[in-house]
Amino acid sequence: MKYTFSNRLKIGSYIAMALGLIMLAAGFMSTPSSVEEAKAMVAASHADGHGGHGEADTHGAAHGEGEHAAAGHDAAHDEHVYHQLKNRPWSALYVAAFFFFMIALGVLAFYAVQHAAQAGWSPLLFRIMEGITAYLVPGGIIVFVILVLSVLHFNHLFTWMDAEVVEHDALLQGKKGYLNPTFFLVRAAIFLGGWIAYRQISRRLSLAHDKAEDNSNFKKNFRWSAGFLVFYLVSESMMSWDWIMSLDPHWFSTLFGWYVFASMFVSGITVIAMVTIYLKSKGYLEEVNNSHIHDLAKFMFGISIFWTYLWFSQFMLIWYANIPEEVTYFVTRIEHYKLPFFGMLALNFIFPLLVLMNSDYKRVNWFVIMTGIIILFGHYMDVFNMVMPATVGENWHLGIPEIGGILFFGGLFIFIVFNALTKEELTPKRNPFLEESRQFHY
Amino acid sequence: MAATTLFKALYDDDDLLMHAVKKLRSEKYHIEEVYTPFPVHGLDKAMGLADTRIAITSFMYGCLGLAVAITMMNYIMIQDWPQDIGGKPSFSYLENMPAFVPIMFEMTVFFAAHLMVITFYLRSKMWPFKKAENPDIRTTDDKFLVEVQVKGDEEELKELLLDTGAIEVHVPKK
Repeated sequence: MKYTFSNRLKIGSYIAMALGLIMLAAGFMSTPSSVEEAKAMVAASHADGHGGHGEADTHGAAHGEGEHAAAGHDAAHDEHVYHQLKNRPWSALYVAAFFFFMIALGVLAFYAVQHAAQAGWSPLLFRIMEGITAYLVPGGIIVFVILVLSVLHFNHLFTWMDAEVVEHDALLQGKKGYLNPTFFLVRAAIFLGGWIAYRQISRRLSLAHDKAEDNSNFKKNFRWSAGFLVFYLVSESMMSWDWIMSLDPHWFSTLFGWYVFASMFVSGITVIAMVTIYLKSKGYLEEVNNSHIHDLAKFMFGISIFWTYLWFSQFMLIWYANIPEEVTYFVTRIEHYKLPFFGMLALNFIFPLLVLMNSDYKRVNWFVIMTGIIILFGHYMDVFNMVMPATVGENWHLGIPEIGGILFFGGLFIFIVFNALTKEELTPKRNPFLEESRQFHY
Repeated sequence: MAATTLFKALYDDDDLLMHAVKKLRSEKYHIEEVYTPFPVHGLDKAMGLADTRIAITSFMYGCLGLAVAITMMNYIMIQDWPQDIGGKPSFSYLENMPAFVPIMFEMTVFFAAHLMVITFYLRSKMWPFKKAENPDIRTTDDKFLVEVQVKGDEEELKELLLDTGAIEVHVPKK
């Protein structure tokens, strides 16, 4: 059965996009145009009772400590705050753009694993995964455009892109061979090109297989998927250094790539489960039974624990070793981002742990949807925590531009994904494992 | 219920066994027990057995393990012999908690796993020097055995069992 995009959902996605765009625009309008204005804004927001974080100067770490003479420090600080406020709508845009892009990429990785493992339970869900990965193309292009704008100095998200900063920073000079704007964009283009290419090839083979006489497309898809996974594991790791870790260019963590991977994998699987349940509730996908949902929920549960494991592995080593250049990353977050930092841990670990532990709950659709929403919000906050401290410092809010970003990219995501789902039949016709997937029960 | 009122039907294929169990249940016969040489997927549902509650015990054992780990580490590392490790003096459990998380995790898993296995053995009435209960030794090799309680006509039940593909039917002695 072919899916028809329901009007209500379509209009909802338009409204979300329009509203998001307006809110993002409002965010860009309300940035200060001068250092003085920035000072006034910060003073006003402190007076609002948001304050309490004094003038503690932790952001000096990322900006070459001791560069400024004591007298010039206040002026430098004001200038710094000005840049942070200018950065805020950009960061909101970037976090949301990356978050939804990361969902599509996580689904793509999951999809490739199903092909490479020749999984028997999942072929009924292939068209749904392919629909979600359709967002990879526009989402990837948007992220790329934001990165290009950063390189062109439309914003100051990445301090290392500023030649003047690098000039005064021995560490950044040492990293210049890798961390320079040209190579950065070349890498981004290669990663995105590779991921999008695999997505299109695999989708084409998967569709061609339905019309073919033999299994040659299936075998080709297996090889492409296995090859893609090798490329993906390397490129995803490097992407996470480039696009996120380099926001704090002095700091590094060797398992950062895995950590970001866990985040995108669990978000992607969650979205597969949510889209599947939505389509089932509309009377599609009759052959998908609650054992499929159960399996997806098991993955949501398992990868949430996996994410926590990586989060903790990263945290504990840095916390215990207490090396200043490493620990500054967590000091900033615990001092200025206490609620999002620990709140996200509760949302991403304790909540799924307790709610999805019971086997029966994993089959209850509204339970999975509700947990899914929490997990998605938790992982949005995860990206938020990875990006914001480096770009806006203590001047963070979850306000108009942030919500606008979520609405805009959420709307775009829904529009692209459900539009792609209307293109083909929702069930593959002659995947060799299709019968196993139909009979799948636990 | 004396064992003599039980029919014993022997099968040599797990698919046949599954069909037989479903058939018997649809004819309202009471299946006392099924002996198989390996776990047969879906047999518990076909027999209509209640879900296992071992997961609940596992959760409780895990909580117990967590509590033991916290108490133990608090006594060892904070109260009895506080040390200054890596510039982090052990004055408070909460502040040193990240260092104890691996132990808390391991103890949780250890308690959950071991006590669950022990519970499972006890619940299955298996302990050292226990005599095997299976009525036919061939069920430890490659045969499947169903014990059915007689209801009404004995000949009818025997026919039914043979119809479902039983290779042997043992009728209880009068």
